[in-house]
Amino acid sequence: MARKAYAQVVTGNALLEGHVVYLTAQGTWSTALTDAEILRDEADAQLRLLSAMAQAATVVGAYLADVDPDAASPKPLHFREAFRRDGPGHYVYPAGRI
Amino acid sequence: MYYQSEFDADYLASRNTQFRAQVERRIAGQLTEDEFKPLRLMNGLYLQLHAYMLRVAIPYGSLNSAQMTKLADVADRWDRGYGHFTTRQNIQFNWPALRDVPDILDALAEVGLHAIQTSGNTIRNITSDHFAGAAADEISDPRPVAELIRQWSTDHPEFQFLPRKFKVAVTGSPTDRAVTRAHDIGLRMIRRGSETGFEVIVGGGLGRTPMIGKVLREFVALPDLLDYLEAVISVYNLLGRRDNKYKARIKITLHETGEEALRAMVEARFAELRGTYPGSMDALSDIAARFRSPDLPPREHQIFTAAKAQDPVFRAWADTNLTTHKRADFAIVTVSLKAHGAVPGDATSAQMRLLADLARQFGQDELRISHEQNVILPHVALDDLPALHAALLPAGLATANVGLISDIIACPGMDYCALATARSIPVAQAIATRFEELQLEHDIGALKIKISGCINACGHHHVGHIGILGLDRGGVETYQITLGGDGTETTSLGERTGPGFAYDEIVPAIERLIAAYTAVRTNAQETFLATYRRLGMAPFKAALYDGDTSDAA
Repeated sequence: MARKAYAQVVTGNALLEGHVVYLTAQGTWSTALTDAEILRDEADAQLRLLSAMAQAATVVGAYLADVDPDAASPKPLHFREAFRRDGPGHYVYPAGRI
Repeated sequence: MYYQSEFDADYLASRNTQFRAQVERRIAGQLTEDEFKPLRLMNGLYLQLHAYMLRVAIPYGSLNSAQMTKLADVADRWDRGYGHFTTRQNIQFNWPALRDVPDILDALAEVGLHAIQTSGNTIRNITSDHFAGAAADEISDPRPVAELIRQWSTDHPEFQFLPRKFKVAVTGSPTDRAVTRAHDIGLRMIRRGSETGFEVIVGGGLGRTPMIGKVLREFVALPDLLDYLEAVISVYNLLGRRDNKYKARIKITLHETGEEALRAMVEARFAELRGTYPGSMDALSDIAARFRSPDLPPREHQIFTAAKAQDPVFRAWADTNLTTHKRADFAIVTVSLKAHGAVPGDATSAQMRLLADLARQFGQDELRISHEQNVILPHVALDDLPALHAALLPAGLATANVGLISDIIACPGMDYCALATARSIPVAQAIATRFEELQLEHDIGALKIKISGCINACGHHHVGHIGILGLDRGGVETYQITLGGDGTETTSLGERTGPGFAYDEIVPAIERLIAAYTAVRTNAQETFLATYRRLGMAPFKAALYDGDTSDAA
């Protein structure tokens, strides 16, 4: 059996806002999953994660999340990651609305 | 209504100053996340899926209009214009920025509100009957005792690092609206002759190992109450398991130690501790003076009677959302936060402000939050009800569904919660919307659906007549159904029906259950729960699984 293709992104929450963020290829953080760098090598992914974890003043709880290895743009494999990307499904309240 | 003391004000101010400095040190990089996390949790600040979440305690569910207005201010100024009332009589703000939290806490402290002991392995917010002080069926208002316990447990030096969190509920009525048998300690007020005391129920809880509490002592006289509580919790503090968080709650301690052995240890400790709080009765009478019932002037009921006769919308609401007040010319109003399709327990800042205004205008300045995620105006004159209803209507707050199928408890689930394994909110929304379309909910009658998005059971699914538990089964949201749960004085835990249902199958499954119920009930007065207790699982299981639309997940 062929080895399963490897594809992950580094994600976490921004320290100040708490928002979901993803590590880009430039080493910056973006709130858009589409900006995330897809890591296709496990050892490389571990190194990127370590460097992310070292940025404790920027990001909290960094970890590696699986994405679809066959998709060109990062696509979550698990529904939890899809919800993290999308935000609360019902969210409709503009401030002050009854 | 209770007003905070100078001691409370000073204590809150010092705690907030401390936390402000901790936030600054975290942002400046002087504290690591590992160091900061327990500090923020001590102040009710969680990091959830999409943002921080601040959990603010509403002691025993009581608020005045100034406090409700302050919650609206917080929602507008620092959050996204809404808050979520929880099954623990707390409110959660879902979007605060870390830097703003100290300012939020200072703002809350202006009205005596705080987030202390809303997290961590401490004695949490003391919960109570949301009709306390107003219900016709109560022995006495339980809130002075709840407040005494709150003062005793807040910053209690011995109980800041318990084996696990510890939840206490108090009721003053034989009708249990506070789910006392599903708390670490449940206190039920009892009168023996002229003496008031409490039955002490220990070791109840939901979560992954649901258990109904056991009566550890049939009667503790009021002057002994704090000594006895201290005895229970200090024995638990020593015995409770710290090696495994899933076995750390007192329900497991009781189960592993045995009821008799635990009772003997508590009695021995109680004998040592008796008299530790000699001033507790004086403190209680001071507190009770502040909870004095409002002076309700005598009122008529002609306006109410006429409105009921003329306005079917008002009549439907009055029939569903009112509860008998101890005064015949007043009513307890439950304002539903469950408009069909709305998020259970969410209120916008504008809704909060309106409720605060209406509490001032019609409700003696009192508001309550129920564990069923609704808002209560406990003292409204019957003749003020038509005007109140008219004011609630345009704000989406006049839904006539309290106690019906769409009055669903739902935890935040995977729309917000980092612990969730599946979504709860959209399931609640879809069920409510579907039965509104069918126009069946008044025909179905009293029914409690409770939904949790993980086995920690914040949505109380074990005590729902129909409980729904969302799980992750192999990367797919799957919903298990339990039937026959009951959170009142006739507490029972629901039983699982069988295999779970996928997200898009759960609403049709509930519809089949309800069709089965209406087909087999003896008459429209036999509730779902009574029918289940009479017939058992069989007809419901058949409805769920025999049609071959189930998923064998």
